[in-house]
Amino acid sequence: MSADPSTSPAPPEQIRAVPVRHPGRWIATAVIAVLAAMFVHMLATNPVFQWDFMVDNMFSDPVLRGARTTLIMTVLAMIIGILLGIVLAVMRLSANPVVSGAAWVYIWFFRAIPRIVLLFFSASLGALYSTYELGFPFDQQLMDLFGFTGDWRFLSLDGNDIFRGFVAGLLGLALSEGAYAAEIVRAGIQSVDPGQAEAAQALGMSRGKTMRRIVLPQAMRVIIPPMGNETIAMLKDTSLLIAVPVTNELNFQLRAIGSRTFQVIPMAVASILWYLALASLLMIGQHFLEKRFSRGFGNRETRQQRAARRARDVGSTH
Amino acid sequence: MVKAEGVHKSFGHVEVLKGIDLEVAPREVMCIVGPSGSGKSTFLRCINHLERINAGRLWVNGHLVGYREKGGRLHELRDAEVAAQRRDIGMVFQRFNLFPHMTALENVIEAPIQVKGVGRAEARERGAALLERVGLADRVHNYPNQLSGGQQQRVAIARALAMEPQLMLFDEPTSALDPELVGEVLDVMRGLAADGMTMVVVTHEMGFAREVGDTLVFMDDGVIVESGDPRSVLTDPQHERTRSFLSKVL
Repeated sequence: MSADPSTSPAPPEQIRAVPVRHPGRWIATAVIAVLAAMFVHMLATNPVFQWDFMVDNMFSDPVLRGARTTLIMTVLAMIIGILLGIVLAVMRLSANPVVSGAAWVYIWFFRAIPRIVLLFFSASLGALYSTYELGFPFDQQLMDLFGFTGDWRFLSLDGNDIFRGFVAGLLGLALSEGAYAAEIVRAGIQSVDPGQAEAAQALGMSRGKTMRRIVLPQAMRVIIPPMGNETIAMLKDTSLLIAVPVTNELNFQLRAIGSRTFQVIPMAVASILWYLALASLLMIGQHFLEKRFSRGFGNRETRQQRAARRARDVGSTH
Repeated sequence: MVKAEGVHKSFGHVEVLKGIDLEVAPREVMCIVGPSGSGKSTFLRCINHLERINAGRLWVNGHLVGYREKGGRLHELRDAEVAAQRRDIGMVFQRFNLFPHMTALENVIEAPIQVKGVGRAEARERGAALLERVGLADRVHNYPNQLSGGQQQRVAIARALAMEPQLMLFDEPTSALDPELVGEVLDVMRGLAADGMTMVVVTHEMGFAREVGDTLVFMDDGVIVESGDPRSVLTDPQHERTRSFLSKVL
């Protein structure tokens, strides 16, 4: 059919109705505006906030170093925790009851223990054994059994040396995160249609390849939003590192300035602003990850499709 | 190509297959029809060991499916060996089961690259040719959710063909499609049959069975009720159960 304007019917008359009024919305807006104004007024007029002092101190060197420690700790603890979580989730879904049971026990244990208790404990591992050695299990007992003396050990570390500061903190946080991550990853894996694994296996793909190439990439879509929550929770939980103690992290440094100068409120506000900024940074990262793993789900066109469409458009206009 | 002797399959206490005997010759197109719950899809899934049979023997290309016979006993094959057996068997599912996070082309080249170790450039070239063969040359970069059901099923066929199988299994390939999309998928299957592909097709498309099939098998309640030349089975069924089923679907 041709679209000749002279023969096409006149366009229908557009409806111009009087819209429904919403007085409630105006009242709510007015209430919120007044409350916001009161809040800003308080910030501006109360001298206790000491804004100049806060700005001068919240970017001092120890604070910046603390922010770096906090961010590095968050990222490392999450990376180790997620890798651990993937292993535990796969174990949990295993057909072998011992493997699955072991994963269950791990998750049960580390989810039940508060992080601050774990951190305190991991910092005390040096008191459990003074040296930690890698070697053959029960080597001394076996040697004894056959009437020899000696041991089969190839690496020895001082317990008090490794289980302190950053390493002890990372250990406690990552082990704890592994338990939560495991449940999130398991939910993600189970959300993928079993037909996907079947199709992959019918093509001759191994179990490992099916998991890596087909199931996990699709599970990621379900995994990322709760994992974003976990990451932000981890950022905040780095303030628990005081239990180890790790003193060069953000919250400790800000509070130290506050108590040293008796300016508690300004430095508490500085803490709030710092955590807001760091959490926002992590949320940006989450946004890009979500975009990456939503491939094939929204209606977004791919780069190749866009190129093809442009080529068509150019072709049709000439 | 496929040989089944007394194949039994139970899920718990429910016996789904009660002794299936049949043989599919190379280049033969066998259509399996029957009411739902008759075990036809289960039998198809046994052929590439997605289901494990409880009794009987099943051979593809002279190799026992899922087992090795040694010293008078059956030994289960390891996962890698089962995967190797499946490489020569293509399967097309009722619900397509395309990988939603990959474009049509990526779906097709995934297994050749990951399983056979074909080079990327070569796989892409052959994948594009396969998609062209199923009439989707202009859809190679689309994701499955940007394709119609018929197009998705044709990608699924191309994906199975990319492994260069000697046998193709179709599990109700048109049952999930809108009626007007059935034809395009059947056309592709018709082309495959004409090229001499050995095919086992579980279907409700009696027209396709009559026109393309070399053998028609009617299954009911876990057994083969009758089988033979599709034209004669469809026009002159010998058993009452076949007659009553055909009277409902024809």
